[in-house]
This record gives sequence, C-alpha cells and structure tokens, in this order.
Amino acid sequence: MEHTVKAFDTDIGKLRGLISQMGGLAEASSAQAILALQRSDPALAKQVRADDKAIDAIEGEVERLAVQIIALRAPMANDLREVVAALKIATVVERIGDYAKNIAKRVPLIESEQRIEPVSILPAMARMAAEMVRNALDAFAARDAEAAVRVVESDAALDDFYDSIFRTLVTQMVENPKTISQVAHLLFVAKNLERIGDHATNVAEMVYFAATGTQMPDRDRGGFTAEELR
Amino acid sequence: MTTPKITARAKITARGVSVFYGANRAIDDVSIDVTQDEVVAFIGPSGCGKSTFLRTLNRMNDTIPSARVEGQIHLDGEDIYGPDMDVVQLRARVGMVFQKPNPFPKSIYENVAYGPRIHGLTQGKAALDEVVETSLRRAGLWDEVKDRLSDSGTALSGGQQQRLCIARAIAVDPEVILMDEPCSALDPIATAKIEELIHALKGRYAIVIVTHNMQQAARVSQRTAFFHLGHLVEFGATSDIFTNPKAERTKDYITGRYG
Repeated sequence: MEHTVKAFDTDIGKLRGLISQMGGLAEASSAQAILALQRSDPALAKQVRADDKAIDAIEGEVERLAVQIIALRAPMANDLREVVAALKIATVVERIGDYAKNIAKRVPLIESEQRIEPVSILPAMARMAAEMVRNALDAFAARDAEAAVRVVESDAALDDFYDSIFRTLVTQMVENPKTISQVAHLLFVAKNLERIGDHATNVAEMVYFAATGTQMPDRDRGGFTAEELR
Repeated sequence: MTTPKITARAKITARGVSVFYGANRAIDDVSIDVTQDEVVAFIGPSGCGKSTFLRTLNRMNDTIPSARVEGQIHLDGEDIYGPDMDVVQLRARVGMVFQKPNPFPKSIYENVAYGPRIHGLTQGKAALDEVVETSLRRAGLWDEVKDRLSDSGTALSGGQQQRLCIARAIAVDPEVILMDEPCSALDPIATAKIEELIHALKGRYAIVIVTHNMQQAARVSQRTAFFHLGHLVEFGATSDIFTNPKAERTKDYITGRYG
C-alpha cells in the first residue's frame, strides 16, 4: 500500500534504488577484480579501483538520504526498519567494494611473475561470493526473508571453498618456495573473497530484520574455518 | 484479538465493552487493562472510537442521552457501572483533561481549590493552601503562578491553562488521569512541558492518553492501543507497536498509509 504522502514513497524508492545500484557495482567489481587477476589485466584492475570510488560516493548519498528521511518523514515500523537496514547495508556494501579494490591492487604485484595453477580455481570462488552478494541484494529488493536465510546458509559452502583453497595454496608454498610471495597474495585474495561472503551474509541478516522485525535466529556456523584456528 | 489476562496490578479492567450511540455501535467488544504504574496511549484515525472508549472509563458518556455502554469496566475490582457507584466520586478518582484547556473563569487558586473544597477533602485554609501548592507543583506550574494566584485562570497562556487543568485534576487526589488529546491546541514547547509532566506523574497516577500525534504516543506511553472502526486492533508495548506491529492495519496506520 502506498503512503498517503506520496513524496515518502518517492524517497524510499530512491533509497532502494541507490542500494541496488551500489550493490550491482560491488558485485560487478568482485567479478572484474578476479577477471583482472586471471588475465593479468592492469587496465581492468584500474577500472575496479575507479568503480570503488563510485561505490563510496553512493554510500555517502545513501547516508544523506536516510538521515533526511528520518528527520523529515519520521518513518515508523517497517519503514523505519527499512531505512535503518539501508543505512547499514550501504556500509557493508562499501566494504565489499573495498575487498574488490584490494584484490585489484594485487594484480600488478602478481602479474610479472610466473602464473601458478591455483589462480584457476579462484574465479569459481569469486563467482560464488558475487552470487551471494547478488542474492542478498535481490532479497533486499524483494523484502524476502526466506531468500535472506538462503544467503546466510550458502556462506558455509564459501567457507569450505576457502578452506580447500587455503590448503592448496599452503601446499604450493611448501612444494615450491620460489612462489611464496605470489601465493601469499593469492591467499589474501581468497581471504578477501571469503570476507565478501561474510559481508553478503551481514546484508542478508539486515534484510531479514527489515522484512520481519526480528533478528535472524543464530545459525550453526560450523565451527571455525581452518584459517581462524591458526 | 484475544482477551488480555487480568493481572493483579490492573487498575482498570475493561471486558467486552461496547458503546452505542442510538443504534450506531461506536465501540465493539473491547477488553483492555490499565495498570497502576503505566501510561497507556490510545491511537487511531478520527472516528475510530478511542475518545468514546476513554470517556467510558469515568462515565463521561452518561452525559450523552443516546449513549449506551455494554460490558464491564472495573476500577480496582469495583464495577463502575454498578448501582452502588457514585458517579461524582468516580470522576474524582478518575480525573480528566480535555483537548482544549477549560479552566473555570475564576482565579488560579480557585481553579485548583474548587475540587478539594466540594469533595470536602481538606479542613481549613492552611490545608487547602497546601493542596493548591502541591497540585500546582506537581503540574509544573507553581513557579510560574505563585505570585499571581488570584489572577484569572483564563489569563494564562494555552500551555499554562492546560497545566492548570492538570493541577485541578490532581487536586482531588485521583487514581487515574484520562487525557483526551491534551496537547492538540498547544505549541511544541508547551507540548514538551506536558509530556515531561506526564512522565513525572507516571507511577503516582495511572494515565490514559488519547492522541492523534503518534510521535507523542511513542514518547510518553509504555503501552499503546490502536483502535480502528470501533475495534481494538492491537494493544502492546509501545516500542513493539512502533517498530514491529503485528497487525497489518496497525502497520498501515502508523506508517502513514491509512487514515
């Protein structure tokens, strides 16, 4: 149902639009960063870094609009939850953009050296992380609590992926010490992708709260990742 | 809506209350508890019955010939519509403050002293002086009027007049204070003073406030009841009503999609 004051709907619509736009950029950046890494493409890596600036700018716009809506429209109930969620989601999506940028920054550092085999499995992990981001933002757009729960559940698979890549990379370093500096960068890349998944999970939790008014029940996080135990 | 459980601390218990104006049913089967130490807000669109229901709590509807009340309303377990109930006494125990400040065209002192005097609550001038001062202090008006108690009550500003009316209600030592949109004729500062006063009076008197200003309901009350078309749609903790209402109609109303 529409608000009696139509401008309120316009404002909320604008806020949702900004979140979608920002989320789309962050999702694309994660994918592009990995593509740049895979192809050793410094130009594409530079593009990712430029896109991050755009993401930061939209975050600022979301903050301004959200504060304005709170001040001028005094949103209540689901409207209030949605505005608060949008504010928090913007912060999280900005972090996702930062991780993508961090991956892109490593491209020139890895580029000059000899390519190593594990690079080929990172894109699959990146696709999985980007998909989580997309699904979390789709859940926000559709105000779909169940879809948000599915995003949170899918994080376990990404964590498993990270564990397996971690083991592969450590093995690589042990077997071929010459590649240590390069593989260390790839470790960070894998960790960044894993963190992107965590942030998508945070977005999904926010979506759940906005849609239902309650916190998502604690899930079994399946213990620590191998890396966290070290 | 399920009937709330009667709690030991309930000051007012209303059960299955319906109110008719002639053949027209203004309130349909409302059950509600108000406890001693809380402020309860009634919200809802115009004509939803919230003021009508408020007025049943001290039998103010008795003054309307066509009005008829069904169901039960108890004050401390006593049926206020029972044959033994003295309506004048009831209205002293359940005081009321109206939308428009309505001081008597008498002095500030007389406005407050009137109730205690006619109810024979005080003996002698000194005792009456004390009640007037205490009441004006509790209403947060003493410092502003102590040097001009013989001035006319109607000469005060709107916000002061409303606080005078609250002092007048307090003077007869009520148990419950009903407020029917007490701030709708006041500016924001006077409104804030009344809200601060409500906060200060909470605990000493059970307070029920009808308000069109949802932010006000959110600010002053611990529990909020949403009325719509004569029904009590939802009654719950104010923080829940305004962040996560259960009923679709409540949500649509408080988010500005209805009414």
